[in-house]
Amino acid sequence: MSAQALDLAGITPGFPDAVAGAQSVFRRLMDAMARPGSVHDLSFAPPPPTGLRRAAAAVALTLFDFETPVWLDPAIRGSAVADWLRFHCACPLTEAPEEAAFAVVTDPAAAPPLSAFNPGDAKYPDRSTTLILQVEGLVGGPSVTLEGPGVKGARAFAPVGLPPGFWAQVQANHGRFQFGVDFILAADDLVAALPRTTRVTFEGN
Amino acid sequence: MNAGSNAPERYYNYAYLDEQTKRMIRRAILKALAIPGYQVPFGSREMPVPYGWGTGGIQLTAALIGPDDVYKCIDQGADDTTNAVSIRRFFAQVADVAVTEDTGEATIIQTRHRIPEKPLKAGQVLVFQVPQPEPLRGLEPRETETRAMHAYEEYGLQYVSLYESVATYGRIASTVGYPTMIDERYLMNPSPIPKFDNPKLDDNDAILLFGAGREKRIYAVPPNTRVRSLDFEDHPFETQTWDDACALCGAGDSYLDEVVLDDAGQRMFVCSDSHYCAERRAAGHAGPMAGHQLATPETEPAQ
Amino acid sequence: MAYVAVKGGEAAISNAHRWLAEDRRGDQAVPEIQVDQVREQLSLAVDRVMSEGSCYDRDLAALAVKQSRGDLPEAIFLMRAYRTTLPRFGASLPVETANMAVRRRISAAFKDIPGGQVLGPTFDYTHRLLDFTLAANGEAPAAALEAEEPQAYPMATVASVFDQENLLETDAPSAEASEPFDLTREPMSFPAGRDQRLQALARGDEGFLLSLAYSSQRGWGNTHPLCAEIRLGEVAVEFTPDELGFPIEIGDLTLTECHMISTGAAGLERPPQFARGYGVTFGHCERKAMSMAIVDRALRDAEEIETAAPVQDQEFVLYHSDNVEASGFVQHLKLPHYVDFQADLQLIRRLRREWFAREAALKEAAE
Repeated sequence: MSAQALDLAGITPGFPDAVAGAQSVFRRLMDAMARPGSVHDLSFAPPPPTGLRRAAAAVALTLFDFETPVWLDPAIRGSAVADWLRFHCACPLTEAPEEAAFAVVTDPAAAPPLSAFNPGDAKYPDRSTTLILQVEGLVGGPSVTLEGPGVKGARAFAPVGLPPGFWAQVQANHGRFQFGVDFILAADDLVAALPRTTRVTFEGN
Repeated sequence: MNAGSNAPERYYNYAYLDEQTKRMIRRAILKALAIPGYQVPFGSREMPVPYGWGTGGIQLTAALIGPDDVYKCIDQGADDTTNAVSIRRFFAQVADVAVTEDTGEATIIQTRHRIPEKPLKAGQVLVFQVPQPEPLRGLEPRETETRAMHAYEEYGLQYVSLYESVATYGRIASTVGYPTMIDERYLMNPSPIPKFDNPKLDDNDAILLFGAGREKRIYAVPPNTRVRSLDFEDHPFETQTWDDACALCGAGDSYLDEVVLDDAGQRMFVCSDSHYCAERRAAGHAGPMAGHQLATPETEPAQ
Repeated sequence: MAYVAVKGGEAAISNAHRWLAEDRRGDQAVPEIQVDQVREQLSLAVDRVMSEGSCYDRDLAALAVKQSRGDLPEAIFLMRAYRTTLPRFGASLPVETANMAVRRRISAAFKDIPGGQVLGPTFDYTHRLLDFTLAANGEAPAAALEAEEPQAYPMATVASVFDQENLLETDAPSAEASEPFDLTREPMSFPAGRDQRLQALARGDEGFLLSLAYSSQRGWGNTHPLCAEIRLGEVAVEFTPDELGFPIEIGDLTLTECHMISTGAAGLERPPQFARGYGVTFGHCERKAMSMAIVDRALRDAEEIETAAPVQDQEFVLYHSDNVEASGFVQHLKLPHYVDFQADLQLIRRLRREWFAREAALKEAAE
């Protein structure tokens, strides 16, 4: 954890009501994780710091604290985002992806392979990293099909801005169950989730 | 936020738990949903009610609940059992939340030992109070052993135990907390619900959350997830059935409680799900003892 | 006789609570007991409630004793439930019991030790005869005589005596020691480190630890303990606020500390030494501190040998020592179990029908 003094001048506020704000975001997040690929609106959340968008920032405010080591991708490491997280969440920042409880990825194309993050332990698979992927959009992109717990039959999911090869990595991650990372996908005001249980198929695969 | 009975004094945070504890529980819920049936250890707190009396369910509800929720709490299927009344009063006080007995109207239903008869729907969360989360605990007392069995999917011990039951009694003699397999990976204790309720776990539209406060575990079944009750080809899973129908509402499809009427062997059977029964009676259904005093329980004074 | 199904309601619960309050108060012709009277005159009950309640506050513990009508596990539960709602400002520095202002210190290992044997306020050597003058409201007790010369301060510990010959293993903290385990924030995990074990034992039920220690003395995992030292007294608590950067004293604690020693397992890689078991409590809880030290020692043995006795079994001891957990779960059996019982009734009736049918068929076949 860094011990440098924080410059509070540029730090934008968090939830106007921390208790109600976190509860509202969490309920949508829980629904998202329970129903993989379903899209939820977080437009009520406060404006984010430069470098994050509203939904990703709201997820951080809701889930991060001193118990969760957080990995930031190089694009936001040492930036206003880092100061903002330290101030609001007091979360330790780590540069080792395998130590991260949460990883914030703002540039999915430049992210390390999923296998670099913590896949959990055979006895404690819950100790795996949750990745927060900031993407361009959650609707209107190339469509994939989701199946598994939380999906009745099959669900189409069409996020925008994921790099080539991403879905193959998600399939490999699913193939390692009970090991594996879980995903929270955040676009501007929208959020969706993909737990490791979800089977993904896409055209040409 | 609307002011409620807890607000002016500010003795405790909204919904009793502090925000850090809620975050810790919320993170555990997300992992529980991502690994269905797996027991996530969590830093369970000491609550103002005793361990074994719903501390796991209360902590889950406290981490979920908001002022827009409508909360229902049942014990043995009924809204008016003492512990359900006590827990419902707790949340009405500390979370300024609307309470209901109506299964269809509730957004969060906390339960001990039953799943309501009326099918749940998307948007609802069913929170189970769990005394012993470990399905294998009765067969192996050591946590270090059972955790390894889950890790390596070694569930032979469970099948041996069911088989021994068949050998001894001619049938699988498990009646409540009947072991279930979640999405063909994790063996899960569905809490002490009667096996009558097990089929409701499968492909349910609601989110099912399980909290064990004393044992410090949270687990979950996401909506529309495969939940299989263990059985053998020649001894398929079966649920309880009754020769009687509900004496009050005439229902033949609900779980019945046996009420002893006198010392001379007189019995009546009534729905364990009090709201289901009341709703049926309101719709004009009647059983053979429709006028019995149990059909008109005392009303609670307004808060 | 007719039975009426009990349907508990708000009214029944409220009435039960009123009745409880009335019973707590007892005969109103007798003056109400004051919290300060409990604090001063039932001080060992207060000490136990602070100790197992994991919260050092004599006034609150006295209130809990009064509110619980003297039911100490209930009082401990009240303290624990209150404690969880308190914000955490930080962690104090470890207290130094070597610097304790000692009121009582005895060693069973040596006839005399530096600082001497100090009996202090103890039931030891009292004859357990009911004192009827207390029933008659007693008399002001005669003051204890003051020593002719002041006691040594700091009073040397027995460990320091052993240090000369390096006869006793040391528990010196390593420089890179991680944060101690905290059972109030994370669930039990196994194998449990000594920090986790000692915390669980410090919060553990005195009766349970006493019986475990006793079972060990009777041969169920014997460690041949010897009481090297018990000390009772006050220690200073220090805290380093972030804004100051140096430690300041924020208060005193009364502690009871016990070191049990026994011959350690002889190893090839290190010279034979005495091993120790450690017990510590808030306030004056000597029976608990001694029991804790014996159980700690026995659990440590289990690291080296195959588990043989209950007292050496980590999972058995640590999962069952907490009386708030145990009391809740045992007593939850009073909650309604109609649904479960109906399922059991159905099964046993069915099994009986099948048994009688089989018997009848056998009888028929035999005839």
